[in-house]
Amino acid sequence: MLTRTVVVDRVTRIEGHAKISLSLNEAREIESATFHVTEFRGFEKFCERRPYGEMPAIMSRVCGICPISHILASSKAGDMLLGVHPPPAAVKQRRLANYAQILQSHALSFFHLSSPDLLLGMDAPAPKRNLFALLEAEPDLLRRGIRLRQFGQRVIELLGGKRIHPSWSGPGGVDSRFPHAHREEILAWIPEALESVSIALQRLKPLLDSFRPEIENMGNFPSLFLATASDSGELEYYDGKIRIMNSAGEVLADFLPERYFDHLAETASSDSYMKAAYYRPLGYPDGCYRVGPLARLNIARSAGTPRADRELAEFRQRARGPVCESFLYHLARVIEMLHMIERIEQSIDDPELFGEPVCAHASLNAREGVGSCEAPRGTLFHRYKVDENGLLTKADLLIATSQNNRAINMAVEQTARHFIRSIPAGGAPADGDLNRLEAAVRCYDPCLSCSTHALGRMPLTVEWFGPDGKLLGSLARGAA
Amino acid sequence: MSVHTLEIDGRMVTALEGETILAAAEDAGIFIPKLCAVEGLSAPGACRLCMVEIAGQNKLRAACLTRAAEGMVVRTETSALREQRKLLVELLLAEGNHVCSVCVVNGYCELQSLAAALDVDHVRFTPRYPARTIDLSHERFGLDHNRCILCTRCVRACDEIEGAHTLDVAGRGRTARIITDLAEPWGHSESCTGCGKCVRTCPTGALFLKNKPAAEMKKDSGFIRQIIAARREKIWI
Repeated sequence: MLTRTVVVDRVTRIEGHAKISLSLNEAREIESATFHVTEFRGFEKFCERRPYGEMPAIMSRVCGICPISHILASSKAGDMLLGVHPPPAAVKQRRLANYAQILQSHALSFFHLSSPDLLLGMDAPAPKRNLFALLEAEPDLLRRGIRLRQFGQRVIELLGGKRIHPSWSGPGGVDSRFPHAHREEILAWIPEALESVSIALQRLKPLLDSFRPEIENMGNFPSLFLATASDSGELEYYDGKIRIMNSAGEVLADFLPERYFDHLAETASSDSYMKAAYYRPLGYPDGCYRVGPLARLNIARSAGTPRADRELAEFRQRARGPVCESFLYHLARVIEMLHMIERIEQSIDDPELFGEPVCAHASLNAREGVGSCEAPRGTLFHRYKVDENGLLTKADLLIATSQNNRAINMAVEQTARHFIRSIPAGGAPADGDLNRLEAAVRCYDPCLSCSTHALGRMPLTVEWFGPDGKLLGSLARGAA
Repeated sequence: MSVHTLEIDGRMVTALEGETILAAAEDAGIFIPKLCAVEGLSAPGACRLCMVEIAGQNKLRAACLTRAAEGMVVRTETSALREQRKLLVELLLAEGNHVCSVCVVNGYCELQSLAAALDVDHVRFTPRYPARTIDLSHERFGLDHNRCILCTRCVRACDEIEGAHTLDVAGRGRTARIITDLAEPWGHSESCTGCGKCVRTCPTGALFLKNKPAAEMKKDSGFIRQIIAARREKIWI
């Protein structure tokens, strides 16, 4: 049988490089599907022999969308190496930066990457299912999304001096006091931001009814969930214990982030550069879990801010117990955006944010440091081991997307089985169904560059194989 | 004291007896690139970036070492000089491991700003990527050999201003490197007073204050001029 490659389009609405392969049985029905991540960056390796003080700056280069997460996890690992608790003002600055980053990253995922699918339809022809078509169809909504990102980025700039890769935070705290004069500017953004997210919510919620098949068949499965949990039960993004819960809502474990490696492990596969994380006691694959907005909303008892709490109560009604539908990551993300704006509003009313001191000074007091925080896509862990002078001997990064790896694979497989079902000889999946494969991945807003250190842009390629493992056909999108 | 009058880049400039072309040019506000020369320290003529053309001489001269003379006609900015300086900066960049984005002095680095001024937008040589070490044994300071360009400012500041002579150069050619005492870890040095003059004079991020985030360390070697002036005027005694 001839192998056929059809270049369909240039679609890159995921962050990084990926390929999907479908295996067919004798009847040419989908047997299984695998999500491969195809490039490698290697931060864990090339950070060896560098000083721990440089880690926030180096590690932030893992990602241009969520650098703050890496800076915070890295700074917190540095705090532990110094053996200090940063002053309250430093912690509050870091928290504010994290809220701003989750807001801008979620806005990117929802408005820029996923809204063409949601607002223009999964089956819309590719030329009509992109940002430019959306700009024609929904100029106000898209502009609001861009402004929300701008707001988040501006808060980061005010704190750290620049929007991407600011270097104001490091081991012990942050580098300077946050001027009170910035409060007014942030405050002025709040009403518009709240209005924009409310509009997005009002658009999204009724739309979900028309995506019933996708909600039910695009990554709808029971799994474990993992997120940072606060003692109060409110949504927590910076500090707290790590909670793991099953799909019945039972808490399996609460552990300190400093000991994450006792509870979580990663397995490598030969067909992807992205490792897959699992909960050790249940092993792989039973112990695979989901992180990110859905996991956080499932695990928290309440949001802790009035508007988000109302939305969370409504969100809870979508399931008895934890919500398991991957498609609802989108809704969870928008609810989190609302929560982030409320948190930013609360933060700037706290006089301690503008206080001093902002850094705890100490020299190296420990040989191992672990830092964790909630990144937009889920819980992030950095673990460093250093020699007696503070040069790294080992770095271990446990990234949100690699924790979602198994779930993404399951979502892709479920989507392929339900929507594509089979590929006749000489045929190819319908364009809308191929888009659904990508959309299943997009639910998780994966940051493949973060999780594998892949470089640059790459097309999403789908290949299908016969029972003998022979390549039957492929579609490459955006081959540059 | 006699005064000489000379021409630099078409401008008439005066220089005191014994003053170098570099000093005379700087007094007149004429910029000549340099990485090793610092006012107040001896000049080793190591970096060769301040090379200038002197009318009637068929060799380029280092402005930091050549004394100004009466009637001299000096050109500091020609296309040949510019090309040579660009080449030197590229060689420096290819020789070490210079990663500006995560460097403590990003935005304040003399090598970086010189590269920008000379339009060094890429390096024509294959980088050596040498396997160099970092000495973090000192309580407050770090020495990253990856970023060192061997200008020896630190060695001269330590010897000539502080009088400790903790720092020196060991090895030859491309194995040359800055050492502390007898090539011991800096933290073990008995002669180091911990004054930090070396860190402040270093033009790159090779010498740095520990625990400073990237791009957060400003340096200024102008303090040496102040120390020397204060000693001369005896304002501290």
